[in-house]
Amino acid sequence: MSYGVYIPKYRIRVDEIARVWAHGEDVSEGLKVFEKAVPDVDEDSATIAVEAARAAVLRSNLDPRRIGAIYVGSESHPYAVKPTGTIVGEAIGTSSKFTAADFEFACKAGTAAVQACLGLVASNLIDLGLAIGTDVSQGAPGDALEYTAAAGGAAYIIGSKDLIAEIEAIFSFTTDTPDFWRREGMPYPEHGGRFTGEPAYYKHVASAALGLMEKMGSSPEDYDFAVFHQPNGKFPPRVARKLGFTAEQIAPGLVVPWIGNTYSGATLIGLAATLDQALPGQRIFVTSFGSGAGSDAFSIEVTDRIDEIRQNAPLVRDFIAGAKYLDYAMYAKHKGKLRL
Amino acid sequence: MMTMKTRAPRFWRCIPQRYNLIGTHCAACDEYYFPPRNICPNCRRDARIEEYKFKGTGTVITHTTIYSATEDFERQTPYNLAIIELDEGPRLTGQVVAPPGEVKIGMHVRPVFRILGKEGERGIIYYGTKFIPVEG
Ligand SMILES: [Zn+2]
Repeated sequence: MSYGVYIPKYRIRVDEIARVWAHGEDVSEGLKVFEKAVPDVDEDSATIAVEAARAAVLRSNLDPRRIGAIYVGSESHPYAVKPTGTIVGEAIGTSSKFTAADFEFACKAGTAAVQACLGLVASNLIDLGLAIGTDVSQGAPGDALEYTAAAGGAAYIIGSKDLIAEIEAIFSFTTDTPDFWRREGMPYPEHGGRFTGEPAYYKHVASAALGLMEKMGSSPEDYDFAVFHQPNGKFPPRVARKLGFTAEQIAPGLVVPWIGNTYSGATLIGLAATLDQALPGQRIFVTSFGSGAGSDAFSIEVTDRIDEIRQNAPLVRDFIAGAKYLDYAMYAKHKGKLRL
Repeated sequence: MMTMKTRAPRFWRCIPQRYNLIGTHCAACDEYYFPPRNICPNCRRDARIEEYKFKGTGTVITHTTIYSATEDFERQTPYNLAIIELDEGPRLTGQVVAPPGEVKIGMHVRPVFRILGKEGERGIIYYGTKFIPVEG
């Protein structure tokens, strides 16, 4: 029914991080990520969730008291125990008559939240559901993850009337794959190095995507746009090519070169950037990925109402244009990077 | 120490004000109040008080930059403290998120949702409204 995005204003260039760690000048080119979004000192995944949710409410000018469920997906919830959704509900002015829970599934917790809302709405148990993917991701200083771990979020309001886009079908694929993890109490995640590519990202994204197209009897040519989870700028074009999608189809939603990997926000921000320019009747193919590992695929058709409400809230490109750059010293202060 | 001193109850009571600038409006004389008032000094017994959510846009009346945090809870320093006149009239004290030196008297601001402070590593996180300069 509506969507909203928030990306913090600050950026650091990947070249600046590489300079500090003397990792050479080809890091940025190798990852196809040029800069990443950095939260302000007083921003976390809850404040980003609130700003994105407020933008979604504003965009469709709906009464937040109609919201019956808030699911927030993140791997950087500010509290270990106290749901982020409670803060979001109060901050956007819902009634207290809603259910809430925080979701975790690495980078696909946001699309899992969309699925949960979809189920409650489709079965008429609630009027509207609010699904959010938000993260202020951390990479250990000097680790490969530090180059891309970024901050941002997107919120989607799911309903059954006044749609701006219809979710036609979904398909998920999940296995037990230890490609990336963080143990309780540890500040930074660990990853399986080269293991993260082939058996994790490519296998799960491709399996979910092919599964959905088989279920629907559709093929890449039936879609105007495609969005894939974007941990860097290299993986999505490669998986798109393997599946038969073109560079043009993924271009509008491929925002990782300019904002970095926003983890739970990444696929949903990519979809938002695509909705920012999609025309009524066009179709969007979306596949997320979360380490651990799993993928959720969605087939979406845009409706006429998109043109009416699109301009009521900031577009993804407005956030990309409003960037302010930090050097590494300022960046370290922003991230509170004192653990070395 | 088994328990920690927390201001959670006091903070909790102020959540509507802090998150959404909920104040009051007197429909009899059209005066706005923030923080909320249940009586109107203009109208007294004839007051017609209603809850009002301020737009949050306003103007910087005066400001200062604080370089050392108070001890009651962790704040990020330096930060800009300003008296802001809301478009509806009332004045309040709030933080303006901007590099020190970029805050100017007469500057237009709009509200953002941010962390106000934290009760150390273990305590609660205070969220609420701060202000940022309106671009252009
Ligand atoms: Zn009055």
